Amino acid sequence: MNVESLVRVEDKLYYNRYLVDIGHPHVKVRAHTTPSPQLLALLKACPARCYELNDDGQVEITVDGCIECGTCRVIAEPTGDIEWSHPRGGYGVQFKFG
Amino acid sequence: MIEERFDAIVVGAGMAGNAAALTMAKRGMKVLQLERGEYPGSKNVQGAILYADMMEKLVPEFREEAPLERHLIEQRFWMMDDRSHVGMHYRSDDFNEERPNRYTIIRAQFDKWFSSKVREAGVTLLCETTVTELVRGERERIVGVRTDRRDGEIHADVVVLAEGVNGLLGTRAGLRARPRPDNVALAVKEMHFLPRETIEARFNLRGDEGVVIEAAGTISRGMTGMGFIYANKECISLGIGCLVADFQRTSQTPYGLLDQFKRHPSVAPLIAGSEVKEYSAHLIPEGGYKSIPQLYGEGWVVVGDAAQLNNAVHREGSNLAMTSGRIAAEAIGLVKSRGEPVSAANLSIYKKMLDDSFVIKDLKKYKDLPPLMHTQSQNFFLTYPQLISKAMQNFVRVDGTPKAEKEKATLKSFVRARSWTGLFGDACRFARAWR
Repeated sequence: MNVESLVRVEDKLYYNRYLVDIGHPHVKVRAHTTPSPQLLALLKACPARCYELNDDGQVEITVDGCIECGTCRVIAEPTGDIEWSHPRGGYGVQFKFG
Repeated sequence: MIEERFDAIVVGAGMAGNAAALTMAKRGMKVLQLERGEYPGSKNVQGAILYADMMEKLVPEFREEAPLERHLIEQRFWMMDDRSHVGMHYRSDDFNEERPNRYTIIRAQFDKWFSSKVREAGVTLLCETTVTELVRGERERIVGVRTDRRDGEIHADVVVLAEGVNGLLGTRAGLRARPRPDNVALAVKEMHFLPRETIEARFNLRGDEGVVIEAAGTISRGMTGMGFIYANKECISLGIGCLVADFQRTSQTPYGLLDQFKRHPSVAPLIAGSEVKEYSAHLIPEGGYKSIPQLYGEGWVVVGDAAQLNNAVHREGSNLAMTSGRIAAEAIGLVKSRGEPVSAANLSIYKKMLDDSFVIKDLKKYKDLPPLMHTQSQNFFLTYPQLISKAMQNFVRVDGTPKAEKEKATLKSFVRARSWTGLFGDACRFARAWR
């Protein structure tokens, strides 16, 4: 995980417009002690870098910058590692161009 | 529960949903359309190219009204290695016609306009409404939807699932499987703004002429994937996509690929000095014919990306979405005009009509290509582009080597990389899958 790529993605997300549904994350990571290969894959595959490793080596999600592509659903929902749904009506990313 | 009863509920206001809602409303049906975004288009992501023929069937006057970017007069295919590209360009003044065939569009803007036509036709649109569940009635029949609004249950004779590639309702209700990582590609895209004169000069365009570039090769680092560059009026849509299974396997990052594509010496001058105004990502159905799910049932049909209807070879998705939406609506209209129930048996006419259209015929033609590209990605996206680039350089570089020796060296590099049987096998497999 290099710092350079972290900065770059956050810069990209800054262009976008979001209506964050505070307190209602639409994607949740199941509690775990050791992350599964699927969860670890999300650290790299998520285009918004919503998934991060915490200090205890577990995968955490912050959905604020999510661009709702569904990649994590395809990878980690079948194993039960994440719970995935759409944001509530009106919330989430609002594309100006799409 | 909302007491008002509808002939049809359409979930989603993308290309497929708008086509379906519009077609049913034009036939006098009472239609409710539900969209989870703030406005129609706010959740929709595409390259994007609009195909006029399919749009004309829905809104004949769209050319005068819709927010279109550029009509396409040129298509470029680039096979790229790290420092070069081998290109095949097709440009024709024939495409400067009265009624152009293809346009670049910006989806959020186009969809807003498309939706205004849908509402003009009498459709009731509710935005900022996420449908959470399908409601079942007697004998497992779908009789309506539940939304995240208060009193959110709404009933209708039929539900049109135009919920996009991530459609949750269909999978939650067990109507179709969740897309597999090897059946969807993740594409990331940026919108690069430049003065229109700059775009026209860099792409060799006059007025509203447009060009698209589709690129493959080492830019996807051995994964099955493609890059694209579409010229709009005052911005350039630039992106790259690869199979989700490949991202999972290789631990490559999508934004890493995108930035590398932008820095490629063939690409960088095209976007130099641009201002980026949006970063988006989207899944693209890539499984083709073999991944199409059950398309209809008791009180429901599925259309567009939700039904995996995308031609990955020709990069056509929105026209399959529009056409499947329209055909599903026509099928529903037919059933209802006969006064018959919207049952699975009666809705099977949707599949028959779709089978007879270009949608299924085209997907059937390429049914073996996705698996070939996915299993041979190293060869098709890494080895061959490098070999072809080297061959071209060998061909054009003048260094005193006799031409016969140059040709021999090129041939040898191909055989060394893939062997005679490998080359022959690849050619046969490709021809068979294309046929």
